[in-house]
Amino acid sequence: MNLDIALWLSQDAITNGAVYALLAIALILVYTVTRIIFVPQGEFISFAALSLATLQAGETPGAVYLLIAGGVLVVALDTSGEPWDLARQRLPGRLARFVAPPLAAGALARLSVARPDALWLQILATLAIVTLMGPIVYRLAFQPIADASVLILLIVAVAVHYVLTGMGLLFFGGEGLRSKPFSLLSFKLGALNVTAQSLLIVIASLALIGALWFLFERTLYGKALHATAINRVGARLMGVSPNLSGQLSFTLAAFIAAVSGVLIAPITTVYYDTGFLISLKGFVGATIGGMASYPLAAAGSLLVGFLEAGSSFWWSAFKDPIVFTLIVPVLLWRSLSAPHSEKDDAQ
Amino acid sequence: MRSRLTTVLGLATLLWGGGAAASEIKIGVTMGATGPGASLGVNYKNAFQLMPTTIAGIPVKYIILEDGSDPTAAAKNVRQLVTEDHVDALMGAVSVPSTTQMALIADETRTPAIALAPVALPPDKLGWVFVVPQPVPLMMGAVVDDMKKKSVKTIGYIGFSDSWGDLVLQATKKNADPAGIKIIDEERYARADTAVTGQIVKILVANPDAVVVGGSGAGAALPQIALREKGYNGPIYHNHGTVNREFIKVGGPAAEGAIAPTGPLMVAEELPDSNPIKKVAVDFDRRYEAMFGAGSRNAFAGYSYDGFLLLEAAIPKALQKAAPGTPEFRQALRDALESGQSVVGVHGVYTQTKTDHFGLDGRAVVLVSVDHGAWRLLK
Repeated sequence: MNLDIALWLSQDAITNGAVYALLAIALILVYTVTRIIFVPQGEFISFAALSLATLQAGETPGAVYLLIAGGVLVVALDTSGEPWDLARQRLPGRLARFVAPPLAAGALARLSVARPDALWLQILATLAIVTLMGPIVYRLAFQPIADASVLILLIVAVAVHYVLTGMGLLFFGGEGLRSKPFSLLSFKLGALNVTAQSLLIVIASLALIGALWFLFERTLYGKALHATAINRVGARLMGVSPNLSGQLSFTLAAFIAAVSGVLIAPITTVYYDTGFLISLKGFVGATIGGMASYPLAAAGSLLVGFLEAGSSFWWSAFKDPIVFTLIVPVLLWRSLSAPHSEKDDAQ
Repeated sequence: MRSRLTTVLGLATLLWGGGAAASEIKIGVTMGATGPGASLGVNYKNAFQLMPTTIAGIPVKYIILEDGSDPTAAAKNVRQLVTEDHVDALMGAVSVPSTTQMALIADETRTPAIALAPVALPPDKLGWVFVVPQPVPLMMGAVVDDMKKKSVKTIGYIGFSDSWGDLVLQATKKNADPAGIKIIDEERYARADTAVTGQIVKILVANPDAVVVGGSGAGAALPQIALREKGYNGPIYHNHGTVNREFIKVGGPAAEGAIAPTGPLMVAEELPDSNPIKKVAVDFDRRYEAMFGAGSRNAFAGYSYDGFLLLEAAIPKALQKAAPGTPEFRQALRDALESGQSVVGVHGVYTQTKTDHFGLDGRAVVLVSVDHGAWRLLK
């Protein structure tokens, strides 16, 4: 072990840690607003990475059709059971919210297939496809049971995870894909060979974290989410729609997952079920942050990154057990330092 | 009362089973086209679309059950196939643990079974099980032979942190030790890992003459890319699980020069005409690629197909002794399978006998390398 190796490993740790940090933040965001442990996040990562690779291969990813079908289903669900007059009145608005955006994402995907050189178009299409899945998944799976207990929400989240994994296998096949690198640039920093790709990951993570901070502190929607996170009933009394906050938080989380997926797609092989393991590491980071604190979660994720890099160097056969065992001392420390409150469960 | 009812029911089942017997041959298959083994399982399953629906004039019914690459589900499937469908032969599965489950039940219920993946059982448990894939030591033997040619003295190993990684490592050791080649570093990684930097850095520090990768498919591209990116220039050897087009697609330019052992079907056209496997393999490749696209040929579909060829060769003999659907037929089928008849498949020439349920020789291995974006015979 010399300085060069330490630098190599640190670079790796920071790149991975940045992705885990993003995912941890999305998990906390969804959990605090809706009390849902966002298990399907992993699928959004896989969907994004695989959609990008599929677009680059010149095909329209099957996820587009899933998205459009989901949008139509949402409108059908919203409309069913309403009196005809009312339904007809509301229909254009609903179509504009749930069907038009997926169709637009589909058109974007088609457009980017037609123009194989336009990387930005492929990325845009990928982000659109995956981000729009967020609110649709919330509307279909979670909105009808928004007031259920944390445990039931978790079980449904696991079910959604399995459904989406199956869809992923159907759309993208069982083999892994890797997308083209955004940039082949790299430069020497001492002994270190820093690639533009890994730099991009860190910059994008920092930018997203900054943007989220801005959203929560400076915008009305962000404050509504923040308010729901602090006190659901109180926020509702103040006129914050719980459905809207739920859909909004899922949109944001899906967007973050999509960005993570796009960022990792060129540096690793992504399979239809890869995302789950990645988001599980984000979950360890989120747990270190007590599923509540964003800065702690980001720091925790970075710790996961370093632990992973270190253990892959010294005991690569035990890398994952080491990373996931981290959760045990963290939970012990948290349960000793902060007594468990029954309030969350009772709500 | 209840026991009488059971007897009656049992008799009725027997009669029903006997009645259905003569009309068709049933082959029960447990397959993992979903779950962690999906990338291989889909290929295994595709091959069944090429198989004829009659053998020796008798209709064949393939009952394919999905096990999600889960050994417990595979065991359940096999029990169901044997006890409810009364299959004449079993085929499966995608992973070593699932195939082992199938083998155990086949042995217990005295049903002939074709193992499409390696089985982790001692030979005395394989009385009813016939193994199609080349034994891993046979494959890695060809790799070590190539190392000797290139005067490699030290190997760095990086493999999956699962039983596949173990199997490849053991097979490499078994061949490398007598050749005086030392494994100086052993690293592991998981298929879902996003980076192998730590492991690769450690291999670079050890600086072996060659690296052996114990991964499979596109998952083996991760160390290949990382090694080349970090400037490793020695030969990188893979195993037969890696030989598919996804590895090249994912590996891109970094995959060039990767060497792996595989069955002859991957490079069928490049084989000499004197090789008996060429004709069978070229025919299979042509039909498979007509259905699943150019370049879609893969070892796994070949295993399914060879499994079928073994049964196709044995079933006419068994039919002379008994009718399908009976224990006598299953016994006769097993005897026919181990009769020492040579069957030319797409992976090799199988000569399976009472004492050898593998029956492959050196003809079942060729070394290939990635050359201008395709697997080609290593010259």
